[in-house]
Amino acid sequence: MRTIIYLVIGVFFGIVLFKSEAASWFRIYEMFQFASFHMYGIIGSAVGLGIIVIQLIKRFKMKSVYGEKIVIAPKEKNFSRYILGGIIFGLGWALAGACPGPMFVLAGAGYLPILIVILASIVGTFIYGLLKNKLPH
Amino acid sequence: MNWIYEPWPWYVSGPLITLVMFMLLMIGKKLGMSSNLRTMCTICGAGKTTDFFRFDWKSQRWNLVVVLGVVLGGFIAENYLSKDIAVNLNPETVNDLHTKGFTSAGDAYMPEMLFSEDVFTNPKGLIFLIVGGLLVGFGARYAGGCTSGHAISGLSNLQLPSLFAVVGFFIGGLAMVHLIFPLIF
Repeated sequence: MRTIIYLVIGVFFGIVLFKSEAASWFRIYEMFQFASFHMYGIIGSAVGLGIIVIQLIKRFKMKSVYGEKIVIAPKEKNFSRYILGGIIFGLGWALAGACPGPMFVLAGAGYLPILIVILASIVGTFIYGLLKNKLPH
Repeated sequence: MNWIYEPWPWYVSGPLITLVMFMLLMIGKKLGMSSNLRTMCTICGAGKTTDFFRFDWKSQRWNLVVVLGVVLGGFIAENYLSKDIAVNLNPETVNDLHTKGFTSAGDAYMPEMLFSEDVFTNPKGLIFLIVGGLLVGFGARYAGGCTSGHAISGLSNLQLPSLFAVVGFFIGGLAMVHLIFPLIF
């Protein structure tokens, strides 16, 4: 049963990412050219509403549907890993025009070359794992 | 119901992304796509090489199911929920992309220079896809998350680390588009 719920949420997320055009290489390029409000509107409205939702969850100590406490684990305090990792990610995001959600949307939509990006991103993750202890964190 | 077949405006799409995050929280999970790339490394046996990949990947099985759903969602959206998928870009962006050789700008969802099947025999295009993917995978794990985990989940939770990461995403993206693209396209 839970597996079906995960699948349905994923399908919904995939449809939204495709139909919003957030999975389009062109929209990412246009965003970094500041040539359209579209992507800023998507991220801004998602975060704006998200802040309200999470504040309500915390204020009312909402529980999950299974009755468990909803905990959002804080990220470790650090600066360099977020900014350096973020810059590296951003370089790839603009070049490939896809981040890890939209990559899979595009695979489903039938853009076969995205499979190269997906494979390369798995390899990139692997390289990070190998070098982790040598990088500033 | 015709609006379904049109591109969805930002004020519909953004709140629906929040809804995805909310649904996952309500079943005790957290939105984050890039951690699946680590799980896939572990499934491929990366745990033999370094501790970072030594964890029980079955605890992340739920997220792999979400990814499977995302793939299906992409298939459904493209094949059953869209008529014309050409992205209606800013005309200035279209002109700018045409001069860079992206001839399909304004008429397609993805640039044919990188995402048509001709790219499999085009070394330059292949290199861009490979380098882009490597940077995304490496950077997402280094930063501890990607657009979904940091920009959506993290900023919604007012986490300072996520703000640093998102600032990084933009520094990197702007550098690629404004400094590196003029050299490579």
